[in-house]
Amino acid sequence: MRIVTVRRISQAFFLLMLLWMAMVTTPGDAWWRRRAWPVNWLLDLDPLTAVGTVLTTGKLYAGLAWAVVVIVLTIFLGRFFCGWVCPLGTIQQAVGWLGRRGRVLPRRIAFNQYHRGQSAKYYVLLFLLAAASGGALAWLVRAPQERPLAIPVAALAGLTIIALLTILRVIRRPVVATVGYLVVLAAVAGLGLVAPGDLGSSAMLLTGLADPIPLTYRSVSLALLAVAESAGLSLSPGQRWYELSWLIGGVFLAVVLLNLAVPRFYCRFVCPLGAMLGVLNRWSIWRIGKRQAECVQCKLCEADCEGACSPSGKIRISECVLCMNCLDACKHNLISYQRPKSATGEVTSPDISRRGVLASLATGLLAAPLLRLGAATGANYSANLIRPPGALEEEEFLRRCIKCGQCMRICPSNVLQPAGLDGGLEALWTPVLNNRIGSSGCQLNCNTCGSVCPTAAIRPISLDERLGRGEFAPAGPIRLGTAFLDRNRCLPWAMDRPCIVCQENCPVSPKAIFVREYFSTIRDGKFVVEAVSGATMELINATVQDGAWATGDYYCRAKGNPRLAIVANGADSITVAGPWRTAPPAGSEVEIQVRLQQPYVDPRACVGCGICEHECPVSGLRAIRVTAENESRNAKRILMP
Amino acid sequence: MSGDERTGSLSRREFLAGAAAAAVCAGAYWLRDTVGPKGPGQQVSTDLPDFSVPATAGRMSIVTGADRAKTVCRAIEALGGIAAFVKPGDRVLLKVNAAFAIPAALSATTHPQLVAELAGLCRSAGATVLVSDNPINDPASCFALSGIESAARGAGAKVLLPSDDQFRPITVPGARLLRHWPVLLGALAAVNKVIGIAPLKHHQHAGASMTIKNWYGLLGGRRNTLHQDINTTIAELAMMVRPTLVILDGTTTMMRNGPTGGSLDDLAPTHTMIVGTDPVAIDAFGATLLGLRPADLPYLAMAETAGRGTTDYESLKPRRSEAS
Repeated sequence: MRIVTVRRISQAFFLLMLLWMAMVTTPGDAWWRRRAWPVNWLLDLDPLTAVGTVLTTGKLYAGLAWAVVVIVLTIFLGRFFCGWVCPLGTIQQAVGWLGRRGRVLPRRIAFNQYHRGQSAKYYVLLFLLAAASGGALAWLVRAPQERPLAIPVAALAGLTIIALLTILRVIRRPVVATVGYLVVLAAVAGLGLVAPGDLGSSAMLLTGLADPIPLTYRSVSLALLAVAESAGLSLSPGQRWYELSWLIGGVFLAVVLLNLAVPRFYCRFVCPLGAMLGVLNRWSIWRIGKRQAECVQCKLCEADCEGACSPSGKIRISECVLCMNCLDACKHNLISYQRPKSATGEVTSPDISRRGVLASLATGLLAAPLLRLGAATGANYSANLIRPPGALEEEEFLRRCIKCGQCMRICPSNVLQPAGLDGGLEALWTPVLNNRIGSSGCQLNCNTCGSVCPTAAIRPISLDERLGRGEFAPAGPIRLGTAFLDRNRCLPWAMDRPCIVCQENCPVSPKAIFVREYFSTIRDGKFVVEAVSGATMELINATVQDGAWATGDYYCRAKGNPRLAIVANGADSITVAGPWRTAPPAGSEVEIQVRLQQPYVDPRACVGCGICEHECPVSGLRAIRVTAENESRNAKRILMP
Repeated sequence: MSGDERTGSLSRREFLAGAAAAAVCAGAYWLRDTVGPKGPGQQVSTDLPDFSVPATAGRMSIVTGADRAKTVCRAIEALGGIAAFVKPGDRVLLKVNAAFAIPAALSATTHPQLVAELAGLCRSAGATVLVSDNPINDPASCFALSGIESAARGAGAKVLLPSDDQFRPITVPGARLLRHWPVLLGALAAVNKVIGIAPLKHHQHAGASMTIKNWYGLLGGRRNTLHQDINTTIAELAMMVRPTLVILDGTTTMMRNGPTGGSLDDLAPTHTMIVGTDPVAIDAFGATLLGLRPADLPYLAMAETAGRGTTDYESLKPRRSEAS
């Protein structure tokens, strides 16, 4: 079998795997649903997620150990992930192929010439990693103070390594290296003395915005499958709705369609994961290269070169995605996947300048605190940013969330939605509750989102912990926020209409919504008695719809009598339930009152599930709304001492 | 053109152009609209059929005991057995209360044991069984977590989850609120018998949620606006559904914090199963288990006035027994 056929099979396998995993990420216990499948495996393979979260959290969470396998294999094999695994790469390759179809050979070759702009992706990568490294830097800077031996040990170890590398002739200018190292060490130690506050708090994981694996998951789950489901594909129990699908789908469409103009546009120019693997490629043991320098320069090898890595001349190793098309195309069999360097030479390092590197690093390091200046994670937090149960404290949460959309795809009630810019750029597309969307608020007996999150931004919790049962009883249930009543919109408060749907549906016991009874005299509700006979009373000038007051909610208040329920009414008469204590005399005044149960929220019992908000009959701006105050995950947002 | 002048007949091109022009004109005539969009106008909708078995009118039995399977079987036997209600070839809807996504042990939903028992009984009588409800929480979660779905499937019944296309408007004759209201016809139109199975629960607004309130789960649309007149709504539900049989499960009663409950502390062991064909009578008896008088629930009197049963359940001479 030709090697490109094997590659295509591999690509098809991983693309279909992603589609299948996204399709089955739905609640339920049927064999084809989520429980049976490793739905996060492709996300776990992603080294950018792994490195990013290690920088921001100092931990390599659970399945992300798979990323180490990819890193190790890349060091041996090169960017196989880009050419053989990455589903976005596969989609791009297919669309790029469509864009080249029917073009003449020189045009096809022109499509795949190296472009200086391809170095942009390395700057994107450096920017993202720098933005993520505030915590790691803080740790480094603090180390000398917390461990006094750190500086001497680091100096000794560094100088030893420099000496060794000099002997091995890796370092050619030992004096420059030594001085450089000591200067950096002194800078770190010095920074520690003047370092202001906690630099670590501004570490920011932005990789998810550009990382192709979360990008593809997000686009497939929240845009493509949602559209397919609205067109009749029956995977989830009902129609799925997502805010910002247009943006998520639009970005995806742009990434895909750009391939018609430039094959693998995203891979070549933007992809930070490709950039990371490209840097690792430098050390790869096997690589693409020419067996001999002389060839006819037919450039057939570049007609379908996915990486635009110039295999006909000095091959750019960091750009090569191992598509192997050149191997197949060379009619003289001069190109191979081999251990020796290419006979025409190679460019091992990415085409980046020191200036560019420093600029990207500086921008990234600056971007994190800059984006936090709005205090969106602090005092100026958006009250509408209600996080799912198990979500970490906001800054910790943002240090882990890669915006893959898995939680939003699995959420059985569809209440979990991709956030907009409410919480700032770094919170874009992170999961947030919108109680107006979906089939319910956040259901209490559910912990699915945390169980599927690949980075534990939403930590896996047990139902006992969520509900505050058993060993978690002292801590109480997990609160997502608090429901607030809008008395200007609430029917019993503002409009003399009985309702309390919110109270009925409040799922905690005892209910967090309670009612107080209030009898309100209805509009134009004072009447003059004409006559009373038994339980029936004739009223002067009343013109009431038959039975309008006989709904069980209306009462008659007459002087010298308890309030009596109306059980029947005619146009100008009422019948009350009980005997009068003293029959109201003709000419006296009575009031018709409606019995209202006015809801109140007990913040000690409210868990912020939003079911009340979802059920409120005031369907536009709800009369009871949950906001993030008092959420368990953040001690700074408590409502009560 | 010069060719046409020469032959004096239509060229093919001219013919096609003429035909296209004629088609455009015809199409425009067909699509013409001289008045613009109409307002809603007169809405036409139907009533639900009568699912009751006339010969069984006014039957009621009350069986005490802690084992639902035993009490419900004994109660149905006392009414003449399932064969009195379900004939071979019937299609039966078990209208459960699956309102909330919480476990069966909290008694806010119809107990799965009852679903399995009734589905089994109906199937043994030669009927096919459909189980459905339009719950309040997410439907799939409700049916899964309450255990109703697996119980129904295990007993050979089909489960219908509600979706928008299952609802069609109906008008209840004589009703003030339930006019042209969307109802779960996807389930109701597919059957000729309806058995309601409801847990006995406290309900802050309506006082109690029993077999009549259970029909609320057949409604769609913005049904939560109906709570502004809850008693009329429940009375009209009694007018809407004339069931084959209703079952009120008072084995464990939700005494407070209803209709959601959420804690075992809200429940009391009342160990009573009430089965019959008169929902008003059955709910009137159910009220007493909650410590209420039938007169405390205005909708019962309203339903009685509408002719859908009697609040004087003793007048039906309910058959009382014990199953343990």
